[in-house]
Amino acid sequence: MTADGPPFRLLPRLDADNRFFWTSGADGRLRFLRCRACESFVHPPAPRCPQCLSEYLTPEAVSGRGVLESFTLNVQQWVPGADPYIVAWVSIDEQSDVRLTTNLVGVEPDDVRIGMAVKVTFEHDDDVYLPLFRPAGGGA
Amino acid sequence: MSPHPSEAPLERRSIISGIGQSDIGRRLGRSDLDLTVQAALAAIADAGLTRDDIDGLATYPGMGAGTPGFAGPSTPEVQDALRLQLNWHDGGGEGPAQIRAVIAACIAVGAGLAKHVLVYRTVSESTAQGEGGRAGIGGSGGGGRGVPRFSGFLQWSLPFGAVSAANWIALVGQRRVHEFGLTREQLGQIALNGRRNAALNPHAVYRDPLTMADYLAARMVSTPLCLFDCDAPCDGATAVIVSHADYAGDTPHPAAHVNAVGTALRGRPSWDQFDDMTSMAARDAAASMWERTELTPADVDVAQLYDGFSVLALVWLEALGFCGRGESGPFIEDGTTIARDGSLPLNTAGGQLSGGRLHGFGLLHEAVVQLRGEGGERQVPGHPEVAAVANGGGPIAGSMLLTRHR
Repeated sequence: MTADGPPFRLLPRLDADNRFFWTSGADGRLRFLRCRACESFVHPPAPRCPQCLSEYLTPEAVSGRGVLESFTLNVQQWVPGADPYIVAWVSIDEQSDVRLTTNLVGVEPDDVRIGMAVKVTFEHDDDVYLPLFRPAGGGA
Repeated sequence: MSPHPSEAPLERRSIISGIGQSDIGRRLGRSDLDLTVQAALAAIADAGLTRDDIDGLATYPGMGAGTPGFAGPSTPEVQDALRLQLNWHDGGGEGPAQIRAVIAACIAVGAGLAKHVLVYRTVSESTAQGEGGRAGIGGSGGGGRGVPRFSGFLQWSLPFGAVSAANWIALVGQRRVHEFGLTREQLGQIALNGRRNAALNPHAVYRDPLTMADYLAARMVSTPLCLFDCDAPCDGATAVIVSHADYAGDTPHPAAHVNAVGTALRGRPSWDQFDDMTSMAARDAAASMWERTELTPADVDVAQLYDGFSVLALVWLEALGFCGRGESGPFIEDGTTIARDGSLPLNTAGGQLSGGRLHGFGLLHEAVVQLRGEGGERQVPGHPEVAAVANGGGPIAGSMLLTRHR
């Protein structure tokens, strides 16, 4: 069984702070706020850099590559008949303390290992592009 | 030691003078206010007081929070139901986990705002879910359109089907498998220990024997957590009376003295951003508690540690220093250490896994029972002097140290 996403998705409410993040995948790129003063990536979006308190934050595209930090195969059927799916924590290669909760897709659950390299892929749902991740193997 | 060495920590001006519980069970079909009043009147009587003596009121998490059956009645409803005349009142869901309401009461008593505070936590999730179907956090079902959307921290997890605390804690559990080699057999000891103790607690919701074979054969919820790693929704109210220590000599039952509280949150306050993915806020709350007392982990005679999910009890065992970081698996592996006659009796009323999800307050109630020596068949031997209570998991944690003598 190759894991896919959950049977339903509860979506984020877009606002002035998060819209860039949730629509970033329209061009296939993952973006985070980055502080122009201290160069930290900031997530979730914040009005000032939590490290240096600079106001100069702008979205910046990242490589989309990351590391699987933890995962769980959800088996409980929150809606009847749903297939299991993998919820994951992924850190981004650019800054290891920036993590996303996401789905790991396109993988056999038995092949999942913490520490494996992963790459972003987007699922378009209504006006949102959800960043999901798949194994980075094969140079894809 | 206290941040202000010349003064004892403020919480030491408080005692728990009375405890009470309502009926506890699955689908009792009673209102949360009904359950709360039953527990409150029991606690007030247990403290040797009348409702006219109660001048403070507190609860967690307060009005309307969470999914159906989660919040219990608001403090205004309880005040009105008992016609209390209050000098201080507080209800809220933010702070050092469920026990925040008790800690707030200690601070109020220490500051002279109240003399006897009724603190309660009520759940009617079993009845609510029986009527409305089982719901994960944020509701169940639905697609992208015509369904409420989410802001705040929940927007970062709900879109990915991480709809239940079971998912979030499973991620902590799997990280512990990776870093520490945690096994299902080790995890299972928390469930088995709780069930053995629940067999001696007439109020526990699950009392039938549970074997390791049963545990290992149970269906998965969210790996590595199976059905027996997750607590059960139940209906029930727990109430305690937090009084000024001056009252300690007049209580019908031995007072439990508050020695120290753990309230810190130093890491980032979310599941996916906390620096240490294996411990989270328990690490900070526990550290701050030991900073406020001359007692040490070796002084603790009985531990009531949050086990809404089995993994969380392991997190607390390490955070509180009963074993080293990553060592809780081997620490509990043969089941004897945490048994009633072991060196650290754990969750002696069955915890939440077998006692029912009384959401932290059941653990506090049992700590007082054990310090009083009123545990009956499940009383731990040797007159316990010091009890540790811990509530919460992930980015939410609070703890308390109680003693039999001042």
